[in-house]
Amino acid sequence: MISRFGSYLFLMFKVFRKPDKLRVYRKQLILEIYNLGIESLGITAIISIFMGAVVAIQTAYNIDSPLIPLSMIGFTVRQSVILEFSPTIISLILAGKVGSRIASEIGTMRVTEQIDALDIMGINSSNFLIFPKVSAAILINPVLIIISMGFGLMGGYFVAIFTNLFSTHDYIIGVKSWFEAYTIFYAIMKTIVFAMLITSISGFEGYVVKGGAVEVGAASTRAVVWSSIMIILFNLILTQLLLS
Amino acid sequence: MIEAKNISKSFGDNLVLKNVSVKFEKGKSNLIIGQSGSGKTVLMKCLIGLFEVDKGNIYFDDRDFSQMSFNERKNIRKELGMLFQGGALFDSMTVEDNIMFPLTMYTDQTMEEKKERVNFCLDWVNLENANRLYPAELSGGMIKRVAIARAISMNPQYLFCDEPNSGLDPQTAGVIDELIQRLTQEFQMTTVVNTHDMNSVIKIGDTISFIYKGELWWEGDKEHIMDTDNKELNDFVFATELTKRLK
Repeated sequence: MISRFGSYLFLMFKVFRKPDKLRVYRKQLILEIYNLGIESLGITAIISIFMGAVVAIQTAYNIDSPLIPLSMIGFTVRQSVILEFSPTIISLILAGKVGSRIASEIGTMRVTEQIDALDIMGINSSNFLIFPKVSAAILINPVLIIISMGFGLMGGYFVAIFTNLFSTHDYIIGVKSWFEAYTIFYAIMKTIVFAMLITSISGFEGYVVKGGAVEVGAASTRAVVWSSIMIILFNLILTQLLLS
Repeated sequence: MIEAKNISKSFGDNLVLKNVSVKFEKGKSNLIIGQSGSGKTVLMKCLIGLFEVDKGNIYFDDRDFSQMSFNERKNIRKELGMLFQGGALFDSMTVEDNIMFPLTMYTDQTMEEKKERVNFCLDWVNLENANRLYPAELSGGMIKRVAIARAISMNPQYLFCDEPNSGLDPQTAGVIDELIQRLTQEFQMTTVVNTHDMNSVIKIGDTISFIYKGELWWEGDKEHIMDTDNKELNDFVFATELTKRLK
Protein backbone atom coordinates (compact mmCIF):
# COMPACT_ATOMS: atom_id res chain seq x y z
CA MET A 1 0.00 0.00 0.00
CA ILE A 2 2.87 2.39 0.78
CA SER A 3 4.49 1.66 -2.60
CA ARG A 4 1.13 2.31 -4.27
CA PHE A 5 0.87 5.65 -2.49
CA GLY A 6 4.41 6.41 -3.64
CA SER A 7 3.41 5.54 -7.21
CA TYR A 8 0.39 7.85 -6.88
CA LEU A 9 2.58 10.75 -5.72
CA PHE A 10 5.11 10.05 -8.47
CA LEU A 11 2.36 10.07 -11.09
CA MET A 12 0.89 13.31 -9.70
CA PHE A 13 4.35 14.86 -9.98
CA LYS A 14 4.16 14.13 -13.72
CA VAL A 15 0.50 15.17 -14.00
CA PHE A 16 0.88 18.65 -12.53
CA ARG A 17 3.10 20.07 -15.24
CA LYS A 18 2.58 22.71 -17.89
CA PRO A 19 0.63 21.09 -20.74
CA ASP A 20 2.54 20.42 -23.97
CA LYS A 21 0.20 22.57 -26.04
CA LEU A 22 -2.09 25.09 -24.32
CA ARG A 23 -4.54 25.27 -27.24
CA VAL A 24 -5.11 21.51 -27.08
CA TYR A 25 -5.36 21.67 -23.29
CA ARG A 26 -8.06 24.38 -23.44
CA LYS A 27 -10.07 22.25 -25.87
CA GLN A 28 -9.78 19.21 -23.60
CA LEU A 29 -10.67 21.28 -20.54
CA ILE A 30 -13.94 22.42 -22.13
CA LEU A 31 -14.73 18.84 -23.15
CA GLU A 32 -14.05 17.54 -19.63
CA ILE A 33 -16.13 20.32 -18.05
CA TYR A 34 -18.97 19.04 -20.20
CA ASN A 35 -18.29 15.33 -19.58
CA LEU A 36 -17.65 15.54 -15.85
CA GLY A 37 -19.78 18.53 -14.88
CA ILE A 38 -22.65 19.30 -17.20
CA GLU A 39 -23.49 15.61 -17.62
CA SER A 40 -23.69 15.28 -13.82
CA LEU A 41 -26.20 18.11 -13.49
CA GLY A 42 -29.26 15.84 -13.73
CA ILE A 43 -28.28 13.40 -11.01
CA THR A 44 -27.08 16.28 -8.79
CA ALA A 45 -30.42 18.08 -9.11
CA ILE A 46 -32.53 14.98 -8.44
CA ILE A 47 -30.54 13.86 -5.40
CA SER A 48 -30.40 17.39 -3.97
CA ILE A 49 -34.16 17.98 -4.19
CA PHE A 50 -34.94 14.71 -2.41
CA MET A 51 -32.16 15.28 0.11
CA GLY A 52 -33.53 18.72 1.06
CA ALA A 53 -37.07 17.37 1.23
CA VAL A 54 -36.09 14.47 3.52
CA VAL A 55 -34.11 16.75 5.86
CA ALA A 56 -37.13 19.08 6.07
CA ILE A 57 -39.55 16.22 6.89
CA GLN A 58 -37.18 14.66 9.44
CA THR A 59 -36.60 18.01 11.16
CA ALA A 60 -40.33 18.70 11.28
CA TYR A 61 -40.88 15.22 12.73
CA ASN A 62 -38.34 15.89 15.49
CA ILE A 63 -39.74 19.27 16.50
CA ASP A 64 -42.38 18.32 19.04
CA SER A 65 -42.02 21.24 21.44
CA PRO A 66 -44.21 24.32 20.82
CA LEU A 67 -41.32 26.41 22.16
CA ILE A 68 -39.23 25.68 19.07
CA PRO A 69 -40.35 27.86 16.15
CA LEU A 70 -41.13 26.08 12.86
CA SER A 71 -38.70 28.42 11.11
CA MET A 72 -36.01 26.17 12.62
CA ILE A 73 -36.87 23.68 9.85
CA GLY A 74 -35.69 26.06 7.13
CA PHE A 75 -32.61 26.92 9.18
CA THR A 76 -31.75 23.23 9.71
CA VAL A 77 -32.26 22.36 6.05
CA ARG A 78 -30.01 25.24 4.97
CA GLN A 79 -27.24 24.40 7.44
CA SER A 80 -27.35 20.66 6.67
CA VAL A 81 -27.38 21.18 2.93
CA ILE A 82 -24.60 23.80 2.85
CA LEU A 83 -22.32 22.30 5.47
CA GLU A 84 -22.59 18.61 4.70
CA PHE A 85 -25.11 17.23 2.27
CA SER A 86 -24.21 19.18 -0.85
CA PRO A 87 -20.40 19.16 -0.62
CA THR A 88 -19.94 15.68 0.86
CA ILE A 89 -22.87 13.56 -0.31
CA ILE A 90 -22.87 14.97 -3.83
CA SER A 91 -19.08 14.49 -3.98
CA LEU A 92 -19.57 10.87 -2.93
CA ILE A 93 -22.15 10.46 -5.69
CA LEU A 94 -19.73 12.07 -8.15
CA ALA A 95 -16.97 9.73 -6.94
CA GLY A 96 -19.17 6.89 -8.16
CA LYS A 97 -20.27 8.46 -11.41
CA VAL A 98 -17.19 10.42 -12.48
CA GLY A 99 -14.59 8.23 -10.76
CA SER A 100 -15.66 5.03 -12.50
CA ARG A 101 -15.87 6.86 -15.82
CA ILE A 102 -12.34 8.26 -15.54
CA ALA A 103 -10.77 4.99 -14.36
CA SER A 104 -12.44 2.89 -17.03
CA GLU A 105 -11.72 5.41 -19.81
CA ILE A 106 -8.02 5.73 -18.98
CA GLY A 107 -7.73 2.03 -18.10
CA THR A 108 -9.14 1.03 -21.48
CA MET A 109 -6.71 3.40 -23.16
CA ARG A 110 -3.89 1.68 -21.26
CA VAL A 111 -4.85 -1.88 -22.20
CA THR A 112 -5.44 -0.97 -25.86
CA GLU A 113 -1.97 0.67 -26.05
CA GLN A 114 -3.41 4.15 -26.68
CA ILE A 115 -1.34 5.51 -23.78
CA ASP A 116 1.76 3.83 -25.23
CA ALA A 117 0.95 5.58 -28.52
CA LEU A 118 0.94 8.94 -26.71
CA ASP A 119 4.22 8.11 -24.98
CA ILE A 120 5.82 7.13 -28.29
CA MET A 121 4.84 10.50 -29.71
CA GLY A 122 6.77 12.13 -26.86
CA ILE A 123 3.65 13.41 -25.14
CA ASN A 124 3.48 13.41 -21.33
CA SER A 125 0.50 11.03 -21.36
CA SER A 126 -0.33 11.37 -17.65
CA ASN A 127 -0.45 15.15 -17.95
CA PHE A 128 -2.36 14.97 -21.22
CA LEU A 129 -5.02 12.59 -19.88
CA ILE A 130 -5.37 13.39 -16.18
CA PHE A 131 -4.59 17.10 -15.81
CA PRO A 132 -7.59 18.37 -17.86
CA LYS A 133 -9.89 16.13 -15.81
CA VAL A 134 -8.50 17.37 -12.48
CA SER A 135 -8.68 21.03 -13.51
CA ALA A 136 -12.15 20.62 -15.03
CA ALA A 137 -13.45 19.05 -11.82
CA ILE A 138 -11.86 21.79 -9.69
CA LEU A 139 -13.64 24.39 -11.82
CA ILE A 140 -17.03 22.75 -12.33
CA ASN A 141 -17.64 20.83 -9.09
CA PRO A 142 -18.03 23.99 -6.94
CA VAL A 143 -20.62 25.18 -9.48
CA LEU A 144 -22.41 21.83 -9.22
CA ILE A 145 -22.37 22.05 -5.43
CA ILE A 146 -23.80 25.59 -5.42
CA ILE A 147 -26.54 24.38 -7.77
CA SER A 148 -27.07 21.38 -5.48
CA MET A 149 -27.53 23.75 -2.50
CA GLY A 150 -30.20 25.62 -4.44
CA PHE A 151 -32.04 22.40 -5.33
CA GLY A 152 -31.69 21.12 -1.75
CA LEU A 153 -33.37 24.25 -0.39
CA MET A 154 -36.03 23.91 -3.07
CA GLY A 155 -36.69 20.35 -1.88
CA GLY A 156 -37.51 21.66 1.60
CA TYR A 157 -39.72 24.35 0.05
CA PHE A 158 -41.68 21.73 -1.91
CA VAL A 159 -42.38 19.88 1.38
CA ALA A 160 -43.86 23.10 2.74
CA ILE A 161 -46.05 23.43 -0.37
CA PHE A 162 -47.26 19.84 -0.58
CA THR A 163 -47.66 18.96 3.14
CA ASN A 164 -49.12 20.61 6.23
CA LEU A 165 -45.97 20.14 8.29
CA PHE A 166 -44.94 23.82 8.13
CA SER A 167 -45.70 26.87 6.01
CA THR A 168 -43.59 28.29 3.19
CA HIS A 169 -43.40 31.52 5.18
CA ASP A 170 -41.84 29.78 8.20
CA TYR A 171 -39.50 27.88 5.92
CA ILE A 172 -38.20 30.99 4.12
CA ILE A 173 -37.71 32.88 7.37
CA GLY A 174 -35.67 29.92 8.65
CA VAL A 175 -33.58 29.71 5.48
CA LYS A 176 -32.71 33.41 5.79
CA SER A 177 -31.91 33.32 9.53
CA TRP A 178 -28.37 33.58 10.93
CA PHE A 179 -26.70 33.09 7.58
CA GLU A 180 -22.89 33.13 7.55
CA ALA A 181 -21.16 33.45 4.19
CA TYR A 182 -18.20 31.53 5.63
CA THR A 183 -20.22 28.30 5.45
CA ILE A 184 -20.32 28.64 1.66
CA PHE A 185 -16.55 29.19 1.59
CA TYR A 186 -16.12 26.08 3.77
CA ALA A 187 -18.32 24.02 1.43
CA ILE A 188 -16.46 25.20 -1.66
CA MET A 189 -13.06 24.49 -0.12
CA LYS A 190 -14.20 20.97 0.71
CA THR A 191 -15.59 20.51 -2.79
CA ILE A 192 -12.33 21.58 -4.43
CA VAL A 193 -10.32 19.12 -2.33
CA PHE A 194 -12.85 16.33 -3.02
CA ALA A 195 -12.76 17.12 -6.76
CA MET A 196 -8.98 16.75 -6.74
CA LEU A 197 -9.18 13.49 -4.83
CA ILE A 198 -11.84 11.95 -7.08
CA THR A 199 -10.13 12.80 -10.37
CA SER A 200 -6.54 12.16 -9.33
CA ILE A 201 -7.26 8.82 -7.60
CA SER A 202 -9.45 7.62 -10.48
CA GLY A 203 -6.91 8.83 -13.03
CA PHE A 204 -4.15 6.97 -11.18
CA GLU A 205 -6.16 3.73 -10.93
CA GLY A 206 -6.87 3.83 -14.67
CA TYR A 207 -3.36 4.82 -15.65
CA VAL A 208 -1.61 1.96 -13.84
CA VAL A 209 -3.92 -0.83 -15.09
CA LYS A 210 -2.18 -3.93 -16.39
CA GLY A 211 -4.09 -6.69 -18.16
CA GLY A 212 -7.50 -6.61 -19.82
CA ALA A 213 -11.19 -6.00 -19.30
CA VAL A 214 -11.33 -7.65 -15.87
CA GLU A 215 -8.51 -5.46 -14.56
CA VAL A 216 -10.16 -2.32 -15.98
CA GLY A 217 -13.34 -3.24 -14.10
CA ALA A 218 -11.37 -3.84 -10.91
CA ALA A 219 -9.56 -0.50 -11.34
CA SER A 220 -12.89 1.23 -11.76
CA THR A 221 -14.15 -0.29 -8.51
CA ARG A 222 -10.92 0.61 -6.68
CA ALA A 223 -11.22 4.18 -7.96
CA VAL A 224 -14.71 4.56 -6.47
CA VAL A 225 -13.80 2.86 -3.18
CA TRP A 226 -10.61 4.83 -2.59
CA SER A 227 -12.12 8.14 -3.68
CA SER A 228 -15.01 7.61 -1.28
CA ILE A 229 -12.74 6.64 1.62
CA MET A 230 -10.51 9.67 1.00
CA ILE A 231 -13.54 11.98 0.79
CA ILE A 232 -14.75 10.76 4.18
CA LEU A 233 -11.27 11.10 5.69
CA PHE A 234 -10.61 14.57 4.27
CA ASN A 235 -14.11 15.65 5.26
CA LEU A 236 -13.14 15.09 8.87
CA ILE A 237 -9.74 16.75 8.50
CA LEU A 238 -11.10 19.81 6.67
CA THR A 239 -14.01 20.20 9.08
CA GLN A 240 -11.61 20.16 11.99
CA LEU A 241 -9.31 22.67 10.25
CA LEU A 242 -11.94 25.06 8.92
CA LEU A 243 -14.72 24.97 11.50
CA SER A 244 -13.12 24.33 14.86
CA MET B 1 20.24 3.58 -38.74
CA ILE B 2 19.28 2.25 -35.33
CA GLU B 3 21.78 0.32 -33.28
CA ALA B 4 21.34 -1.57 -30.02
CA LYS B 5 24.61 -2.33 -28.24
CA ASN B 6 24.76 -5.02 -25.56
CA ILE B 7 21.31 -4.34 -24.17
CA SER B 8 19.90 -6.37 -21.32
CA LYS B 9 16.50 -6.15 -19.70
CA SER B 10 15.03 -8.07 -16.81
CA PHE B 11 11.74 -8.05 -14.94
CA GLY B 12 12.43 -9.04 -11.35
CA ASP B 13 14.57 -12.16 -11.54
CA ASN B 14 13.53 -12.92 -15.10
CA LEU B 15 16.27 -11.88 -17.53
CA VAL B 16 14.32 -11.34 -20.75
CA LEU B 17 17.00 -9.80 -22.99
CA LYS B 18 20.57 -11.02 -22.69
CA ASN B 19 23.28 -8.75 -24.07
CA VAL B 20 21.60 -8.19 -27.44
CA SER B 21 23.51 -6.22 -30.08
CA VAL B 22 21.77 -5.56 -33.36
CA LYS B 23 21.74 -3.00 -36.19
CA PHE B 24 18.74 -1.88 -38.23
CA GLU B 25 19.57 -0.30 -41.56
CA LYS B 26 18.13 2.72 -43.30
CA GLY B 27 15.87 2.13 -46.33
CA LYS B 28 15.36 -1.51 -45.36
CA SER B 29 12.63 -3.51 -43.66
CA ASN B 30 14.41 -4.94 -40.65
CA LEU B 31 12.49 -7.84 -39.17
CA ILE B 32 12.69 -9.15 -35.63
CA ILE B 33 11.32 -12.68 -35.46
CA GLY B 34 11.01 -15.22 -32.69
CA GLN B 35 8.57 -17.38 -30.79
CA SER B 36 6.04 -15.88 -28.41
CA GLY B 37 7.86 -15.10 -25.18
CA SER B 38 11.28 -14.99 -26.83
CA GLY B 39 11.76 -11.31 -25.95
CA LYS B 40 11.18 -9.68 -29.33
CA THR B 41 8.40 -7.36 -28.08
CA VAL B 42 10.54 -6.39 -25.10
CA LEU B 43 13.39 -5.63 -27.52
CA MET B 44 11.13 -3.38 -29.56
CA LYS B 45 9.74 -1.65 -26.46
CA CYS B 46 13.32 -1.03 -25.29
CA LEU B 47 14.21 0.44 -28.69
CA ILE B 48 11.35 2.93 -28.57
CA GLY B 49 11.84 3.76 -24.90
CA LEU B 50 8.67 2.23 -23.48
CA PHE B 51 10.97 0.06 -21.34
CA GLU B 52 14.26 1.34 -19.92
CA VAL B 53 17.19 -0.98 -20.56
CA ASP B 54 19.12 -2.27 -17.54
CA LYS B 55 22.38 -2.28 -19.47
CA GLY B 56 23.63 -1.24 -22.89
CA ASN B 57 22.92 1.60 -25.30
CA ILE B 58 20.50 2.39 -28.10
CA TYR B 59 21.60 4.74 -30.87
CA PHE B 60 19.42 6.52 -33.40
CA ASP B 61 21.97 7.64 -36.00
CA ASP B 62 24.68 7.97 -33.36
CA ARG B 63 22.39 9.74 -30.87
CA ASP B 64 22.38 7.78 -27.62
CA PHE B 65 18.65 7.45 -26.95
CA SER B 66 19.11 5.30 -23.84
CA GLN B 67 20.99 8.04 -21.98
CA MET B 68 18.53 10.85 -22.78
CA SER B 69 15.96 12.40 -20.44
CA PHE B 70 12.23 12.45 -21.29
CA ASN B 71 12.50 15.95 -22.79
CA GLU B 72 15.69 15.18 -24.72
CA ARG B 73 14.00 12.15 -26.25
CA LYS B 74 11.18 14.31 -27.62
CA ASN B 75 13.24 15.34 -30.65
CA ILE B 76 13.86 11.72 -31.60
CA ARG B 77 10.25 10.78 -30.88
CA LYS B 78 9.10 13.37 -33.41
CA GLU B 79 11.12 11.44 -36.01
CA LEU B 80 9.59 8.14 -35.00
CA GLY B 81 6.35 6.46 -36.09
CA MET B 82 4.85 3.37 -34.52
CA LEU B 83 2.27 0.90 -35.72
CA PHE B 84 0.85 -0.98 -32.74
CA GLN B 85 -0.46 -4.53 -32.85
CA GLY B 86 -4.06 -3.44 -32.25
CA GLY B 87 -3.69 -0.12 -34.03
CA ALA B 88 -3.97 1.91 -30.79
CA LEU B 89 -6.13 4.52 -32.51
CA PHE B 90 -7.74 7.03 -30.15
CA ASP B 91 -11.36 5.84 -29.82
CA SER B 92 -12.77 9.28 -29.17
CA MET B 93 -11.32 10.77 -32.35
CA THR B 94 -12.23 10.37 -36.00
CA VAL B 95 -9.76 8.93 -38.50
CA GLU B 96 -8.87 12.48 -39.55
CA ASP B 97 -8.31 13.65 -35.96
CA ASN B 98 -6.19 10.59 -35.22
CA ILE B 99 -3.86 11.31 -38.12
CA MET B 100 -3.90 15.03 -37.42
CA PHE B 101 -3.09 14.59 -33.74
CA PRO B 102 0.75 14.52 -33.97
CA LEU B 103 0.61 17.49 -36.36
CA THR B 104 -1.54 19.46 -33.89
CA MET B 105 0.81 18.64 -31.02
CA TYR B 106 4.08 19.33 -32.76
CA THR B 107 3.57 21.72 -35.66
CA ASP B 108 2.10 25.17 -36.19
CA GLN B 109 0.44 24.16 -39.43
CA THR B 110 -2.89 25.71 -40.35
CA MET B 111 -5.98 23.52 -40.42
CA GLU B 112 -5.85 23.54 -44.22
CA GLU B 113 -2.23 22.33 -44.24
CA LYS B 114 -3.00 19.64 -41.70
CA LYS B 115 -6.01 18.42 -43.68
CA GLU B 116 -3.88 18.29 -46.81
CA ARG B 117 -1.32 16.15 -44.98
CA VAL B 118 -4.06 13.89 -43.58
CA ASN B 119 -5.47 13.33 -47.06
CA PHE B 120 -1.99 12.65 -48.42
CA CYS B 121 -1.41 10.00 -45.73
CA LEU B 122 -4.85 8.47 -46.30
CA ASP B 123 -4.19 8.33 -50.06
CA TRP B 124 -0.98 6.53 -49.31
CA VAL B 125 -2.76 3.77 -47.45
CA ASN B 126 -5.62 3.66 -49.99
CA LEU B 127 -8.24 4.97 -47.60
CA GLU B 128 -9.64 8.02 -49.32
CA ASN B 129 -12.86 9.46 -47.85
CA ALA B 130 -12.50 7.67 -44.49
CA ASN B 131 -11.84 10.98 -42.71
CA ARG B 132 -15.09 11.18 -40.75
CA LEU B 133 -15.20 7.56 -39.58
CA TYR B 134 -14.48 6.53 -35.99
CA PRO B 135 -12.16 3.58 -35.17
CA ALA B 136 -15.17 1.52 -34.03
CA GLU B 137 -16.54 1.74 -37.58
CA LEU B 138 -13.39 0.33 -39.22
CA SER B 139 -12.42 -3.24 -40.12
CA GLY B 140 -9.18 -4.78 -38.80
CA GLY B 141 -7.31 -4.05 -42.03
CA MET B 142 -8.58 -0.47 -42.14
CA ILE B 143 -7.50 0.11 -38.53
CA LYS B 144 -3.97 -1.03 -39.43
CA ARG B 145 -3.92 1.25 -42.47
CA VAL B 146 -5.13 4.27 -40.47
CA ALA B 147 -2.51 3.45 -37.84
CA ILE B 148 0.13 3.46 -40.61
CA ALA B 149 -1.23 6.78 -41.86
CA ARG B 150 -0.95 8.22 -38.35
CA ALA B 151 2.55 6.79 -37.96
CA ILE B 152 3.76 8.51 -41.14
CA SER B 153 1.92 11.82 -40.64
CA MET B 154 5.03 13.48 -39.19
CA ASN B 155 7.17 12.11 -42.03
CA PRO B 156 9.25 9.94 -39.67
CA GLN B 157 12.76 8.67 -40.24
CA TYR B 158 12.14 5.57 -38.15
CA LEU B 159 9.10 3.31 -38.38
CA PHE B 160 8.34 0.59 -35.86
CA CYS B 161 5.67 -2.03 -36.51
CA ASP B 162 4.59 -4.45 -33.81
CA GLU B 163 2.95 -7.55 -35.31
CA PRO B 164 1.44 -5.58 -38.21
CA ASN B 165 -0.37 -8.63 -39.61
CA SER B 166 -1.82 -10.15 -36.47
CA GLY B 167 -5.53 -10.83 -36.79
CA LEU B 168 -5.60 -10.19 -40.54
CA ASP B 169 -6.43 -12.55 -43.39
CA PRO B 170 -3.45 -13.44 -45.64
CA GLN B 171 -4.61 -11.13 -48.45
CA THR B 172 -5.00 -8.07 -46.20
CA ALA B 173 -1.75 -8.99 -44.43
CA GLY B 174 -0.06 -8.92 -47.84
CA VAL B 175 -1.43 -5.42 -48.48
CA ILE B 176 -0.03 -4.19 -45.15
CA ASP B 177 3.36 -5.78 -45.92
CA GLU B 178 3.45 -4.06 -49.31
CA LEU B 179 2.58 -0.74 -47.71
CA ILE B 180 5.38 -1.08 -45.18
CA GLN B 181 7.83 -2.05 -47.92
CA ARG B 182 6.81 0.83 -50.19
CA LEU B 183 6.99 3.39 -47.36
CA THR B 184 10.41 2.15 -46.31
CA GLN B 185 11.87 2.34 -49.79
CA GLU B 186 10.21 5.53 -50.98
CA PHE B 187 10.87 7.60 -47.84
CA GLN B 188 14.16 5.84 -46.99
CA MET B 189 13.02 5.09 -43.45
CA THR B 190 14.66 2.75 -40.99
CA THR B 191 11.83 0.28 -40.48
CA VAL B 192 11.77 -2.29 -37.71
CA VAL B 193 9.05 -4.92 -37.89
CA ASN B 194 8.29 -7.31 -35.09
CA THR B 195 6.57 -10.38 -36.52
CA HIS B 196 6.18 -14.13 -36.49
CA ASP B 197 4.36 -14.21 -39.82
CA MET B 198 6.52 -16.23 -42.21
CA ASN B 199 4.80 -14.66 -45.23
CA SER B 200 6.10 -11.25 -44.12
CA VAL B 201 9.54 -12.72 -43.52
CA ILE B 202 9.77 -14.06 -47.06
CA LYS B 203 8.18 -11.01 -48.63
CA ILE B 204 9.81 -8.00 -46.93
CA GLY B 205 12.64 -9.36 -44.79
CA ASP B 206 15.58 -7.25 -46.03
CA THR B 207 17.34 -8.05 -42.77
CA ILE B 208 16.13 -10.58 -40.24
CA SER B 209 17.11 -10.93 -36.58
CA PHE B 210 15.99 -14.12 -34.87
CA ILE B 211 15.60 -13.80 -31.12
CA TYR B 212 15.69 -17.02 -29.14
CA LYS B 213 15.26 -17.11 -25.35
CA GLY B 214 16.28 -13.45 -25.06
CA GLU B 215 19.40 -13.77 -27.19
CA LEU B 216 20.16 -12.75 -30.75
CA TRP B 217 20.42 -16.25 -32.21
CA TRP B 218 20.69 -15.66 -35.94
CA GLU B 219 20.99 -12.75 -38.38
CA GLY B 220 20.46 -12.83 -42.13
CA ASP B 221 17.91 -11.99 -44.80
CA LYS B 222 14.96 -13.52 -46.68
CA GLU B 223 17.31 -15.14 -49.20
CA HIS B 224 19.13 -17.18 -46.58
CA ILE B 225 16.57 -17.95 -43.93
CA MET B 226 15.16 -20.99 -45.73
CA ASP B 227 18.48 -22.80 -46.05
CA THR B 228 20.16 -22.19 -42.74
CA ASP B 229 21.28 -25.12 -40.60
CA ASN B 230 20.49 -23.33 -37.36
CA LYS B 231 18.29 -25.86 -35.54
CA GLU B 232 16.29 -23.42 -33.39
CA LEU B 233 15.61 -21.17 -36.38
CA ASN B 234 14.56 -24.13 -38.50
CA ASP B 235 12.22 -25.29 -35.74
CA PHE B 236 10.63 -21.83 -35.81
CA VAL B 237 10.52 -21.35 -39.58
CA PHE B 238 9.28 -24.83 -40.45
CA ALA B 239 6.76 -25.14 -37.64
CA THR B 240 3.65 -25.06 -39.86
CA GLU B 241 2.48 -27.71 -42.33
CA LEU B 242 2.75 -25.21 -45.17
CA THR B 243 6.40 -24.33 -44.54
CA LYS B 244 7.24 -27.99 -43.93
CA ARG B 245 5.88 -28.84 -47.39
CA LEU B 246 7.76 -25.92 -48.93
CA LYS B 247 10.96 -27.32 -47.51
